[in-house]
Amino acid sequence: MMTNPVRRITQGQFSYLPDLTDTEISMQIQYGLDKGYAWSVEYTDDPHPRNTYWEMFGIPMFDLRDAAGVLLELNNCRKTFPQYYIRLMAFDSTRGVETIVMSFIVNRPENEPGFSLVRQEAPGRTIRYTVHSYATDRPETERGSL
Amino acid sequence: MAAPLYQIPGQAAPSPPAAPATSAASPAEVQAALAEGVVGARTVAEVLAQSQADTVIAELEHDLIGLAPVKGRIRDIAALLVIDKLRMNLGLQAQAPSLHMSFTGNPGTGKTTVALRMAQILHRLGYVRKGHLVAVTRDDLVGQYIGHTAPKTKEVLKKAMGGVLFIDEAYYLYRPENERDYGQEAIEILLQVMENQRDDLVVILAGYKDRMDTFFRSNPGMSSRIAHHLDFPDYPAGDLLRIADKMLESQNYRFGRGARAAFEEYLLRRIPQPHFANARSVRNALDRARLRQASRLFADRDRVFTPDDLSIIDESDIRASRVFHIAAPQAQT
Repeated sequence: MMTNPVRRITQGQFSYLPDLTDTEISMQIQYGLDKGYAWSVEYTDDPHPRNTYWEMFGIPMFDLRDAAGVLLELNNCRKTFPQYYIRLMAFDSTRGVETIVMSFIVNRPENEPGFSLVRQEAPGRTIRYTVHSYATDRPETERGSL
Repeated sequence: MAAPLYQIPGQAAPSPPAAPATSAASPAEVQAALAEGVVGARTVAEVLAQSQADTVIAELEHDLIGLAPVKGRIRDIAALLVIDKLRMNLGLQAQAPSLHMSFTGNPGTGKTTVALRMAQILHRLGYVRKGHLVAVTRDDLVGQYIGHTAPKTKEVLKKAMGGVLFIDEAYYLYRPENERDYGQEAIEILLQVMENQRDDLVVILAGYKDRMDTFFRSNPGMSSRIAHHLDFPDYPAGDLLRIADKMLESQNYRFGRGARAAFEEYLLRRIPQPHFANARSVRNALDRARLRQASRLFADRDRVFTPDDLSIIDESDIRASRVFHIAAPQAQT
């Protein structure tokens, strides 16, 4: 948010830490794989907190044994979308869980514009608040570049 | 970016002793330490003891009959890997050896079995992290329409990361008669990964000798990236007979009186015939003998069977084979 002192969005795990190195990322991936999770890579240009469904970069990766496979896909995505947010998500297919259990950002644009708070006057002097993502101010085709 | 305040395994430790890592990755850390395994060993015996690779090699010697040249080559490779470990422990940097292999040989000569063992050996020596074998054929790699091949091949490669990718009948990947065939695309992706991710993946190509030779001639890039060409010889009849003993033993059967000699005679007649597939044919022949044994016993409705009755393959079960009737005139020569 605009009040964030580090000027970086904080979503998912490890977001208050410095960026994870590839070694650290593959250790996290391996941890998930050992638990039987399926990893997937997703990217977006709009990190709005309510933007739950990011674009999928390929289908989720089932039946992997080693982190190198996920890292390969992640590096492909980084090469394709260097200035986008990219996150890794782990899906636990265990019956009764069947949900995302890990999610963390692994790539950020150099310039993170953040969000603003928009106030709307409503009848009876009511104020409605909403969060606006500065990234969406630019046309879609121009986002993801500096 | 500031240096992290915590220690990453596999990197030089910071001077003050780092607190034990309590991140979510701790099982992965243990795994990584295990995979690195052979730490600080100074002698071959120590490396072998720590990695337990010699038990796999001994099993290979014991379980697989014949195949002397293949076993010799595997011992050589294992020796190189062990010495490399020792060199690494003494700080002599060496590039990780290229371990991609090609197995050529006739059907039923044990290519898949050896590939499975190879994955175990490489895993014990710490050269592949997981040691699983992903066996694929052309169908799993090559797509059916434009743009289908790359994702398919990449998915298989991702599954095989950390283990061994075994491509059976690899020569089917390349179809020179059809220039719009997508096999070439799969080969190019394979080559790229074989070159760039040597540490993550070992590729084993398998196929019949003559066709693989053609395949390598038309794909020189592939040939030059494969360091080990192993040729699997056909088994002589004696070895096949010992394989038959082993197969029966593993299924709790055994040859009755005269049956072993009959089976040897069967093999001598069967080998020159077309479509003989070495150990696979032996297994099929034994399965058919079991069928005949079963129907022989089935006919005896009121008999009480002893364990011996149920586990002995009789001479008659083998003599009933088609081979003895067809090949009789030829066998005189």
